[in-house]
Amino acid sequence: MITIVDYGMGNLGSVFNMFKKIGVVSKITSDLEEIKFAKKLLLPGVGSFDKAMQKINTSGIREVLDQKVLIEEVPILGICLGMQLLTNSSEEGTEKGLGYINASAKKFIFQDKKMKVPHMGWNLVEKSTSSLLTTNFEEESRFYFVHSYYVEVVNQANSILKTNYGLEFDSAIQHKNVYGAQFHPEKSHKFGMKLFENFSKI
Amino acid sequence: MLQTRVIPCLLLKGDTLVKTVNFKKPAYIGDPVNTARIFNELEVDELALLDISATNNNNKPDFKILAELANECFMPLAYGGGINNFEDAKKIFKIGIEKIIVNSVAFTNPNLITQLAEHFGNQAIVASIDVKKNMFGKYQVYSNSGTKKQKVDPVAWAQELEQLGAGEILLTAIHQEGTWKGFDIELTKKIANAVNIPVIANGGASSINDIENIVKEGDASAVSLGSMVVYQNKGMGVLVNFPNQTNLRKALK
Repeated sequence: MITIVDYGMGNLGSVFNMFKKIGVVSKITSDLEEIKFAKKLLLPGVGSFDKAMQKINTSGIREVLDQKVLIEEVPILGICLGMQLLTNSSEEGTEKGLGYINASAKKFIFQDKKMKVPHMGWNLVEKSTSSLLTTNFEEESRFYFVHSYYVEVVNQANSILKTNYGLEFDSAIQHKNVYGAQFHPEKSHKFGMKLFENFSKI
Repeated sequence: MLQTRVIPCLLLKGDTLVKTVNFKKPAYIGDPVNTARIFNELEVDELALLDISATNNNNKPDFKILAELANECFMPLAYGGGINNFEDAKKIFKIGIEKIIVNSVAFTNPNLITQLAEHFGNQAIVASIDVKKNMFGKYQVYSNSGTKKQKVDPVAWAQELEQLGAGEILLTAIHQEGTWKGFDIELTKKIANAVNIPVIANGGASSINDIENIVKEGDASAVSLGSMVVYQNKGMGVLVNFPNQTNLRKALK
């Protein structure tokens, strides 16, 4: 069972729907007691970095997450903003991130007017380090992205997928039991289903 | 490389899908959820659904159909039609639809766009602009499913919508819509070059060639398809389909 952490931001319905489609039981909850007993966590997120961190920090979710992720080493997957929250910081705000992965989020800045921000649409991913999250990916796996900030890892071993949009960035990251994906697997057809299936088997 | 999005755009009237020509003569296409299911199986990039009678009939969005859609589709979904307040928009996002499309309300309550963008992010708000070329070749903006002429210049209006917080523009050429005569390249180029946000060209597509032209010559960031994906061909019967992905990607390279 996958526990989808509801801290008040994000497209939780579609994440739940996709797990249901691939036959994996999941539950959306903001109940700290339920999160305490989670076997696997999913951290979604759409919106601004500071607002999300403030909600996590003031709701009591922070302490439970730290316990689950750092002490119990339960697998956690952050998606979109949820992945950026796993890092140390973001140029989007001033709040500190969860700091589970040594990385930070930076803003896309382009001189070329044709390079629109946010990076929105389907893009390809390329494996950088092998990971359980990306096992048996099809050639040319593509995913749906929507983001104005991108993650850059400090240690290349933490980068598991890379994507090119004006520059090369880390589109999926991992450090031990902590996983992050910049794109939206829940909106990426069979490619997203494969990733969710992999996560459910970790 | 980011791939150009090619988006089937479905029109809802009551509880069935229709297809119009120049925003008139709605012809029956089929059931919305079944049709969306087929597009999901075809693995299309994204799907848009517009309720073309909601605003004019003072109806709310059909939340039941939207929920069924969100259950069936594993790609980004956009919905427009009858959204005129914050609560309804919030409900739509909660269902699992990630973009809402607004048009008429931008004239009656422009602040709603800003409010929605601040709360849900610019990427979740698509501003739709319907434009008709009159007999003197002048472009005029319409709201309320093409029934109400608005005194704004299309370029200035697009810029204003961007200022208000829209993250994308869905630009429909009423005079091309449903005609299979290709997109309005001049109009699209004008708008696309005047704003920093993506412009989705809509109205008139009949072939991969048209799609290639509107992207390469009209500077569209994305393309929306109507008749082409619900009919077998011009003047022929209903057939839900999508252009061959390999040929499409080749043309858009």
